Amino acid sequence: MARELWKGNEAIAEAAIRAGLEAYFGYPITPQTELLEYMSARMPALGRVFLQAESEVASINMVYGAASGGARAMSSSSSPGISLMQEGLSYIAGSEIPAVLVDIMRGGPGLGNIQPSQADYFQMTRSAGHGDFHPIVLAPSTVQEAVDIMYDAFPLAEKYRTIVIVAADGSLGQMMEPAEMPPMRSVLTEAERGAWAVRGAAGRPKNVITSLFLNEQELETLNLRLQEKLKTIQMNEQRWEEVETEDARYLLVAYGTVGRTCKTTLREARKQGHKVGLFRPISLWPFPTPRLRELADQVRAVLVVEMSAGQMLDDVRLAVEGRCPVEFYGRMGGVMPLPDEILEALAEVEAKVKAEVEAKVKAKVDTKVLSLNLNL
Amino acid sequence: MADRNEITQEMVLEQGNVVYQRPEALAETLTHYCPGCTHGIIHRLIAEAIDELGIREKTILVAPVGCAVLIYNYFDVDAVEAAHGRAPAMATGLKRTQPDKVVLTYQGDGDLAAIGTAEILHAANRGENISVFFVNNAVYGMTSGQMAPTTLPGQVTTSTPTGRDVKVHGYPMRMAEIIAGLPGACYVARRAVYDVRTVRQARKAVMTALKTQLAGLGLSMVEFLSSCPTNWHMTPVDALTWIKDNMAPYFPLGDYKVADEVQALQ
Repeated sequence: MARELWKGNEAIAEAAIRAGLEAYFGYPITPQTELLEYMSARMPALGRVFLQAESEVASINMVYGAASGGARAMSSSSSPGISLMQEGLSYIAGSEIPAVLVDIMRGGPGLGNIQPSQADYFQMTRSAGHGDFHPIVLAPSTVQEAVDIMYDAFPLAEKYRTIVIVAADGSLGQMMEPAEMPPMRSVLTEAERGAWAVRGAAGRPKNVITSLFLNEQELETLNLRLQEKLKTIQMNEQRWEEVETEDARYLLVAYGTVGRTCKTTLREARKQGHKVGLFRPISLWPFPTPRLRELADQVRAVLVVEMSAGQMLDDVRLAVEGRCPVEFYGRMGGVMPLPDEILEALAEVEAKVKAEVEAKVKAKVDTKVLSLNLNL
Repeated sequence: MADRNEITQEMVLEQGNVVYQRPEALAETLTHYCPGCTHGIIHRLIAEAIDELGIREKTILVAPVGCAVLIYNYFDVDAVEAAHGRAPAMATGLKRTQPDKVVLTYQGDGDLAAIGTAEILHAANRGENISVFFVNNAVYGMTSGQMAPTTLPGQVTTSTPTGRDVKVHGYPMRMAEIIAGLPGACYVARRAVYDVRTVRQARKAVMTALKTQLAGLGLSMVEFLSSCPTNWHMTPVDALTWIKDNMAPYFPLGDYKVADEVQALQ
């Protein structure tokens, strides 16, 4: 396949279709609507299911129904719509149904606006619904990466019988850039579907898909099993990108579009002679904690950059565990941080670290002078 | 007279004396329903219809939240448990991807007429080819008797201790009438199960609903007026009488929508 010019939302839709998507259910919301529109034309043409639901509440429950039957099903939305889906996501997690969701994040809270944001980080990685669970959350930074992640999302969801959320901000949904599409996969055959799927109890005992376990021992057992599964996912599915970290003294940590902006900042900083590296988490859950912890031992300080008030910042702090200072620069409300702003923030971090080192050296010298004086 | 212990199941079957037995679509298990509750009768009517149409192996049942939350334990068919009120949306996902299957929802009044109004109205309006069995007992049974959207004016519940005041809480919703108004709904009927005659009429309605789906005509719904002796604080017999005397006048039994194509099936 040749590289073609694709709009982010449409590229994600086409990649999902090529991944063997059997049913799409969604509700219009800016800045993801092109994804739904693309599906509305392409899915019926392929003899697959497209349905515009009455709400995001209905969309996610339609996905739950279709996926309960073992179909590759998905929905997409943007922040306020994802809030409405939390009930459905929790049920899907509780009954261990593989499902895929795309969140093209916009500014919040409330109705907010339609500009790019990364303020759904907590919602997706921490509170995607009630109860103890985490979806796998993958954050692309280019249209090509969004295509690749989307293409792999279904096998990944099926491997662990879990939810996979593709998390991009509004700018990635709206931007156009060249991308190469993967080959078309057909939808799952009957033999390829999970044995757990509800497809009619023909010649086998009935299958029941439920998240209801009234007996507390039974529900705790389920939860323990879910936690074991989450641990396996944490071991196997951490993804990240590193740029010039080998000799880095200062480390930028950013994901998605901001991760990309930070690459520009990094090049400029390197030009000016600063040893700056970039750590870009691709899997927001599971967060690539161990590798970031190693890097924290090597650098003087970390600067986290987000389009939020600092949400991934918590995960970075948990990873760094005080090994080095963790500083933050963020913009909110749909404002995107620019490379030179980040460069300035980086310069401030450097200055702060140097001032602290100098203060420490001075304190040591003063102590020596003082002790010398006392000796006299 | 032979000793009771000497009569085995085989002997009965051999002699061709079976006049009543558990439908194949029902599981052999104890139920959690309260004594006198008519969920059991309605379950049986649906199971009998599934057997009669020979569709057990291609039926998918969508369970509600409410007293019938464990319905999948009582039916020997594939089943899913929906979130409160979302059964029609889940059924939509199932039916759209498996149009050759028979997809049923079984929902109570809180589930269908309160929290799930958007889902049922839009499923009906799209003419989703599913069958909806709506059990109206004028009260939230599972949570021990609060006001439901179908609670009658003046009816005392645990959340209307002085009786439902329509000026405060609004009027009971007549869902069969509302859904019948949508073009996508092909067969909408209200039935009761308080005596032999009404049970027989209800059974026919269940058959028609399933046949409507098998013919691919669109949404079918049967509303059942059902009893809740526990939360109505009545004996089972008094509860059945109360349905006849108090519920049926407000929720008249009858056919609210029989599309021409459905008429042709009968």
